[in-house]
Amino acid sequence: MSDSLAFFLIQVLNGVQEGLLLFLVASGLTLIFGIMGVINLAHGSFYMLGAYLVYAFTRLTGDLWTAILVSVPLAIGLGVALEALLFRPLYRRDHLYQVLLTYGLILVLEEIRSLLFGDDVHGVAVPAFLDFSIPLKDALTYPAYRLFLSAFCLVIAGAMWWLIRYTRLGMAIRAGSTNREMVQSLGIDIAWVYRAVFALGLALAALAGMIAAPVASVFPGMGNDVLIVSFVVVVIGGIGSIKGAFFGSLLIGLADTFGQIYLPQLSGMTIYVLMAAVLLLRPAGLFGRAGAA
Amino acid sequence: MSNSTRKASRRRVLAGMAAAGAAAATGFVPTRFAIGQQAKIRLGLMLPYTGTYAALGKNIDDALRLAIHERGGKLGGRDIEYITLDDESDPAKGSDNANKLVARDKVDFMIGTVHSGVVMAMVKVARDSNTMLVIPNGGVGAATGALCAPNIFRTSFSNWQPAYAMGKVAADAGRKRAVVISWDYAAGKESTDAFTEAFTKSGGKTEKGLFLPFPGVEFQPLLTEIAALKPDVVYAFFAGGGAVKFVKDYAAAGLKTAIPLVGPGFLTDGTLEAQGEAAQGLETTLHYADDLKFAKDKAFRAAFKKATGRAADVYAVQGYDTGTLLISGLGAVKGDVKARDALVSAMEKTVFDSPRGRFTLSKAHNPVQDFYLRKVQGTENRYVRVAIKALADPATGCKMSA
Repeated sequence: MSDSLAFFLIQVLNGVQEGLLLFLVASGLTLIFGIMGVINLAHGSFYMLGAYLVYAFTRLTGDLWTAILVSVPLAIGLGVALEALLFRPLYRRDHLYQVLLTYGLILVLEEIRSLLFGDDVHGVAVPAFLDFSIPLKDALTYPAYRLFLSAFCLVIAGAMWWLIRYTRLGMAIRAGSTNREMVQSLGIDIAWVYRAVFALGLALAALAGMIAAPVASVFPGMGNDVLIVSFVVVVIGGIGSIKGAFFGSLLIGLADTFGQIYLPQLSGMTIYVLMAAVLLLRPAGLFGRAGAA
Repeated sequence: MSNSTRKASRRRVLAGMAAAGAAAATGFVPTRFAIGQQAKIRLGLMLPYTGTYAALGKNIDDALRLAIHERGGKLGGRDIEYITLDDESDPAKGSDNANKLVARDKVDFMIGTVHSGVVMAMVKVARDSNTMLVIPNGGVGAATGALCAPNIFRTSFSNWQPAYAMGKVAADAGRKRAVVISWDYAAGKESTDAFTEAFTKSGGKTEKGLFLPFPGVEFQPLLTEIAALKPDVVYAFFAGGGAVKFVKDYAAAGLKTAIPLVGPGFLTDGTLEAQGEAAQGLETTLHYADDLKFAKDKAFRAAFKKATGRAADVYAVQGYDTGTLLISGLGAVKGDVKARDALVSAMEKTVFDSPRGRFTLSKAHNPVQDFYLRKVQGTENRYVRVAIKALADPATGCKMSA
C-alpha cells in the first residue's frame, strides 16, 4: 500500500471516529427535538456533566469503568428528574420558553461545575489495559483507546437501532415522531415516552462526555462546541431522525477532519459550508420529511 | 458681586500673595503639594482572577505588589490605592471593564492583562482616554506595533519575539523542513508567522501551517498529517490546557521520538506537572528560565516564595518588572502623574536588572531582551544557552517617534 493511501485511510479512521462520538451526542438531541419538540440548548452541558462525573468518580475509585457504571444511572436519574420538574410544565408553551429554560440550565450547570471543580483543565487517565499505541507507520502510532472508542460507539449505535426498530418503546418513539396526537389517542402513555426519551437523550450525551474524557480532557465550557456541532448534525440529518443523526455525524466528522488538513485556513468553516450545501439540496435534511416540524 | 465681597477679596489677595511668598521661600510647588500629599496614586489592576488564567493573574498581581512593597510601598512618595477587577479573560467584556477603571475608578494607571484579546480592548480604551497602560503579559503585536502610543507600555514580550528566536534555533540546528501548528486566532498566526520568518531567513522552509479553531483540542487528524509530511521539526503555539493536551497527544501518537517538537516557552510553562513524561526533553524559547544564574533572579525567587508560598515563574517576573517600571517612572516625576511627558520619558529610559536579565525598552515600549533556549528536565525549564541576544520586536506599523 502506498504511503499516501495509507495516510488517507488513517484520516478516514480519524474522521469516522470523531463522527461516531458526535453521534452519541447528536442522537439524543435529535430525539428530544424531534419527538418532544424541545429545543434543548443544555445538551452540551449534559456532555460536560458526563465528563466531570467520570473525572470525579475516577479520582475516587481509580478506575474509569467503575466511574462510568456509577455515572450512567446518575445521568438517567437526573434526566427523569429534570423532565418531571422543569420540562413537563413547558410542553404546551412556545419554543421560546424552552430556549429560555435550557439556556438557564447551561448557566446553572456551569456555575455548579465551577463551584465544585474550579475552572482548571483536568485530565482523566486512560485505563491501563488500553494505555498503549498500535504502530501504523514508522513515524505514527495509533492510541488503542481511540480504537476502543469507535468500537464502543458502534455498539451503542447498534443498540439504539435495535431499540428503535424492535422494542415497544421504539415503536412509540417512531410513532410519536410522526404523529403525536394519534399516538395519544391510541392509548399509548405519551408522558411516559417523553420521560424515557428525555432521560435517554441526556444519558447518551453524558455517556459521550464520559468516554471522551480521557482523550478530550475535562474543562469549563467543553460542551459549547459540541452543542453547536450537534445542532448542525441534527439539521443535516433531518430533525428527529436517528438514521440522519448517524450519517450526519459521520459526514461532519469526515468533513471536519479533511477540512483541517486540506483547507487549514478555512478549517472553522467546513462543516457550516457543508450544512448550507445540504440545506440547498434537501431543505428538510438528508433523512427528514419535508413539512415535518 | 457686592461691594463688601470686593473689599474682602482685596484683603484675601494680599494674604494670598504673602502665603505664596512663604511657599516659594520654603521651596515647594503648590500643584505638586496638592497631589503629592493628599491623593493616593490609583493603580487599576485588570487581570484574570478566575478562570483558566487565574494562576497567571495571581502571580502578576502578587509580584507587582512585592516589587513596590520592597521599595517602601510608595510610588514617587505617594501612597497607593490598588483597584482590582477580574477581566475573566473575556474579550467581549474587555472594553466595558477597562472603561469602568477609567471612568468610574479614575485610575492613574491601568495594569493588564494576560489574554491578548482583552489587551486589545484595553489598548483601545487607553488610546481613547489617554490613560497610562502597562501590559504585564499579553503579547499581541499591535499593542506595541500599529497601535503603539506614548501612554502604552509592555513589560513582557511580543508574540513575535520567542517565535523568531525559535525559528533561528531550529534552522541553526540544521532543520530544513518545518510544520507549524496552532489555534486559528491572532496570537497563533503572529507566532507561527514569526517562526517562519526566522526559519526561512536561515535557510529553512515551512511546508505547512495547520490550524484548528480556538480552543479546540481534537488534534488527532493534524497529528496524522504531521506523520504523513514527516518534517524535520514541528513548531507548536499552544498555552494552558491546550498545551498540556497537545504535548501529551504528540507523544501518544509516537511522534515525539521521530520528529522534534519545539515552541515558545508557553508550551511548557506552568504545565509541566500535567504533561509529565510527555514533555521531557522538549526545547522552547522564552525570556526566562527556571534556573538563571543572575543574583537578582535568586533574590526575587526567594522573596516571592517567602511572600506567597509559591514558586516564581515568568508571569511573576513580568508582574515584578511592571512594579519596578512604575517605581522608576513615578520616582523621576516625584509622583506627579500630571507631568505626563516627563513620566513617559522616564519610563522609556528605565534600565534595570530584572530577574530575567537586563531590562530596557524599545522605542515602541516593548522590552528588548535576551531570549533563552530552555530544555524540560523534570518539572523545570532548564537554561541551555542564549538563543538571541537583545532581541527587539520589529514594531511593524508603529508611527511613534519617541
